[in-house]
Amino acid sequence: MAETSIPLSTKEHDKGRWQRFRESDFFYAFKRSPVAIVSFAVVALLVLAAVFAPLIAPTNPFDPASLNLMNGFTPPMEPNAFTQESFLMGTDDQGRDVFSTILYGMRISLFVGISAVLFAMVLGIVLGLVSGYFGGWTETIIMRIADVQLTFPSILVAMLIFGVAKGFTPVEYRDQMAIWVLILAIGLSDWVQFARVVRGATLVEKSKDYVAAARLIGRSPWAIMIRHILPNAMSPVLVIATISLALAIIAEATLSFLGVGAPPTQPSLGTLIRIGQGFLFSGEWWILFFPACTLLGLALSVNLLGDWLRDALNPRLR
Amino acid sequence: MTTPVLSIRNLSVEIPTRGGVVKPVDGVSYDIAKGEILGVVGESGAGKSMAGNAVIGLLNPPAHISAGEIWLNGTRIDPLQGEAMRRLRGKEIGMIFQDPLTSLNPLLTIGDQLAETILTHLPVSRSEAEKRAVAALEEVGIPGAAERIDSYPHEFSGGMRQRVVIALALCAEPSLVIADEPTTALDVSVQAQIIALLKRLCRERGTAVMLITHDMGVIAETADRVAVMYAGRLAELGDVRDVLTAPQHPYTHGLMASTPLASLGQRRLHQIPGSMPRLTQMPDGCAFHPRCPQAQDKCRQAPSPDLADGRASCWFPMMAEAAE
Repeated sequence: MAETSIPLSTKEHDKGRWQRFRESDFFYAFKRSPVAIVSFAVVALLVLAAVFAPLIAPTNPFDPASLNLMNGFTPPMEPNAFTQESFLMGTDDQGRDVFSTILYGMRISLFVGISAVLFAMVLGIVLGLVSGYFGGWTETIIMRIADVQLTFPSILVAMLIFGVAKGFTPVEYRDQMAIWVLILAIGLSDWVQFARVVRGATLVEKSKDYVAAARLIGRSPWAIMIRHILPNAMSPVLVIATISLALAIIAEATLSFLGVGAPPTQPSLGTLIRIGQGFLFSGEWWILFFPACTLLGLALSVNLLGDWLRDALNPRLR
Repeated sequence: MTTPVLSIRNLSVEIPTRGGVVKPVDGVSYDIAKGEILGVVGESGAGKSMAGNAVIGLLNPPAHISAGEIWLNGTRIDPLQGEAMRRLRGKEIGMIFQDPLTSLNPLLTIGDQLAETILTHLPVSRSEAEKRAVAALEEVGIPGAAERIDSYPHEFSGGMRQRVVIALALCAEPSLVIADEPTTALDVSVQAQIIALLKRLCRERGTAVMLITHDMGVIAETADRVAVMYAGRLAELGDVRDVLTAPQHPYTHGLMASTPLASLGQRRLHQIPGSMPRLTQMPDGCAFHPRCPQAQDKCRQAPSPDLADGRASCWFPMMAEAAE
């Protein structure tokens, strides 16, 4: 055809990824939402603090050589009566710096939370895709298991899985394996909502002509699911993943608070809160207060971020 | 006579439902020769799309082929399963869907989608596939094809998108293209362009086309032969000029009579009384007899005759003078 080639004034593909991101609706929505900016800043700050804990923390709270029992129960910002040392957030009964234990505890909390969500996400996506795409008996079995699991509170499911898995771990490995068992337990208690959302989106996308076209040209079911359906089902998954992250961090803290989660050798925020609550009524409030505030700040900002993400990725609310 | 590209013999599709087995396609036979455009017309639910889906092997369960044969370039394809079926059908058949909004993956660039199709079926390298993708876009008249290759579907208008879909259907060089109402979702001003494009490209390559539509105008302009379907059966099959100017089946006659013509200055449009029977409540005898102006006792008792005996599946075909 002898049509003249119109020079395109804005060539999308000439721009870098970063520039395209900066001009996207997504980034625009982010810039206009103070809640999103603040919660993103808090999350980023806490994650960075956890990642660089060894560089930031004044002491390594798990190195017995650096501990001085004389420093025990030092209130925040006050010099200790014996050693004259002063601690930003005080110390616990062992003389461990609370600020440092929080930084290290956050690493465990975040690691367990993120890993558990990733695990739940992968499991849920695979099962959701399979049940949505193939239907029939596969779907019935997977979705009925999901329904049954939803009738139990997820923390109960996590405790059950944790208990069973721990029973199968040899005693000498229990402390080492505790973190992984925790990830498994929280992940398994959380896959259902991913599976449901992905299945729903798969059913919608499956009926569209581009999937029929891909089937016609002879792509295998797995290629169609991964390449064509999954990317189109990803936005609700991202939203759920973010909100699940907050829930997973809290679930981990709950389990650790109940004493079935992270071992005392690798204390998470939940473990710190459990330890701290023993001292609350004897006047050493700071041992509980600061870890609890950190957990609150972390979970709240992740949640708000997820909330905002849901609105930002929903084309109907734009 | 050379082997037709597509040959359907006595094809029936069945769907088991609670109210019994229904047959959306019932004993349909037709051929499409190389380079020929066969128009398949009929109202909604007449089974025209269902027959097309049976050919490409994308019937959604529980619908299934219950009888008949489908031959593609001399190979019987309806019993093929799994990999063999996918390879053959994908290579030899291209599909153009009704809605260009949903027939392209919104998250892949059109270049990626074209390359995916080309790489699946032709033994070429990635860079060669990309070159062919650009060529395919140029052929369907996308301005600045080399630049637009990295665009996403939402950056195109509906008509342009349908051009991309045509490029996608033709890029693996199929011998048959099935176009299922390719212009229904488009603006009237764009429809003619798309039909002309499809016709030109298929003529150039000798691709056979099954053009499914309910638009008699499109059929008249495009098709070489036309198959009129009614309630799952073939009502009439023949050369497009013959069928449109001298329909033999009373249904075709009724359809033609209800086409609005500006020149006649009609007050009211002719209409065929009643509506198509539901597939669960098919009448005895000829499916059309309750609406047929010239139904006789024989039509109420005996199913309409097979097309093999004539052009129309009717006991009392209308002859040229009667169709006046």
